[in-house]
Amino acid sequence: MTQTLQVSLWRGGAEGRYQVYEVPLRENQTVLDVVTWVQRNADATLSYRFACRVGMCGSCAMTVNGRPRWTCRTHVSKVAKGGRLAIGPLENLPVIKDLATDMAPFFEKWQQANGAFAPSKSRAEPIERISPDSDDRRAVNAAIECINCGVCYAACDTVRWDPDYLGPAALNRAWTLVNDERDAGNTARLAAVAADGGCHACHSHQSCQEHCPLALNPTASIAGLKRRTTAAYLRGEIKL
Amino acid sequence: MNVRLYIWQRTSAAIMAPLVVVHLLVIFYAMRKGFSAAEILSRTRGSVAWALFYGLFIAAASVHAPIGLRTILAEWTPLPARMRDVAVIAFGVALAVLGFRAIAAVVLS
Amino acid sequence: MIARLLAHRANALWLAALVHRLSGLALAIFLPLHFYTLGLAIEGEASLEGFLRWSDRPLVKVSEALLVFVLAVHLLGGVRLLVLENFSWLDGQKRLAVLAAAAAAIVAFAFLARVF
Repeated sequence: MTQTLQVSLWRGGAEGRYQVYEVPLRENQTVLDVVTWVQRNADATLSYRFACRVGMCGSCAMTVNGRPRWTCRTHVSKVAKGGRLAIGPLENLPVIKDLATDMAPFFEKWQQANGAFAPSKSRAEPIERISPDSDDRRAVNAAIECINCGVCYAACDTVRWDPDYLGPAALNRAWTLVNDERDAGNTARLAAVAADGGCHACHSHQSCQEHCPLALNPTASIAGLKRRTTAAYLRGEIKL
Repeated sequence: MNVRLYIWQRTSAAIMAPLVVVHLLVIFYAMRKGFSAAEILSRTRGSVAWALFYGLFIAAASVHAPIGLRTILAEWTPLPARMRDVAVIAFGVALAVLGFRAIAAVVLS
Repeated sequence: MIARLLAHRANALWLAALVHRLSGLALAIFLPLHFYTLGLAIEGEASLEGFLRWSDRPLVKVSEALLVFVLAVHLLGGVRLLVLENFSWLDGQKRLAVLAAAAAAIVAFAFLARVF
């Protein structure tokens, strides 16, 4: 007699309910395996998102027993207490259906934080030499690996409480560009993150850092932005 | 919260940090000595130093507290922005008025 | 349900932020009362003396010790934030937050010990 897992999955959109499924428990099983089993064997109407299933793309992020995580990198044995699991869509984002959320607001805030590189040279000029040992480049490297999975955004209570807050990922990316010697858009970028809902809204809960599957530290990046924007504002380089 | 409010908030905090330490030491000293009202007032009356110390403290607190309250109201209540800002400014003014009145009470009486 | 709501907040720094916010709120409520009481001295020392005698009761002294804790924890938590925001990143923020709370508790106990 195979052992089973009691798995409750969110079904519906903004309104809905948790539905319980009985899933065979295997020795090596990720939460993504469990969700996939339900969709293939129990209920084909279940909607969910995944892609690489090996912890590289961030598409499978969901709320597992109250915490946002990559389901493909979460072993059932580590999280299923007493044979139970509760899986829901990522928090702080509109739910499309079941376990799939609308990531549009997340990426809109990315743009609002000026999270895009602004070139300063053309292809006619020589390639800029950036030393990997420079302080600026070290700061960039510490924060650059973000793959926009949304886990930090889902974990952040300031995002939950303040609809204007740009969020840890967008601000973290802005920080990497602020430290990029090649970037020419810093005045506008600092102004963007100095406005309401920008870096100053962060309360340093560090939930972002706590949950980031890549162990990035947006709180530290945001602290850096606080310093830069304050200096720029006091020097009159940016206005509110 | 934006850069301007942040600067006022953090600056007033930095100013108050040493003032709070002194204030706590004063409280401990007064408690140990078991001062009566007369003994406290005899030390504060006519004192420019105490007036300046607590004057600075009140001014900083009157800036710091409203900005903090503004964030709490914005994040935890449905109060509209305009009403929220009016409410915290009113609170700041009230704090300053009551505070400077208290200083006058112990320095000037 | 509650466990699920609290799961991702089971983090010392989230608690530290909550304590910081609630202590600030408590101070904001307390200060006008504090200023008003001191303002009693305008009517002459008898009014202020009357209040000081009233506040000699054990329950009031315990409340005052709590206020000392609230002030100290808000100060120390705030200093941790000022350092975090203005200097290079320090790992071990959780430990610092716990230290701040412990130091505040010690200060409050010292106050209570002196008073009784």
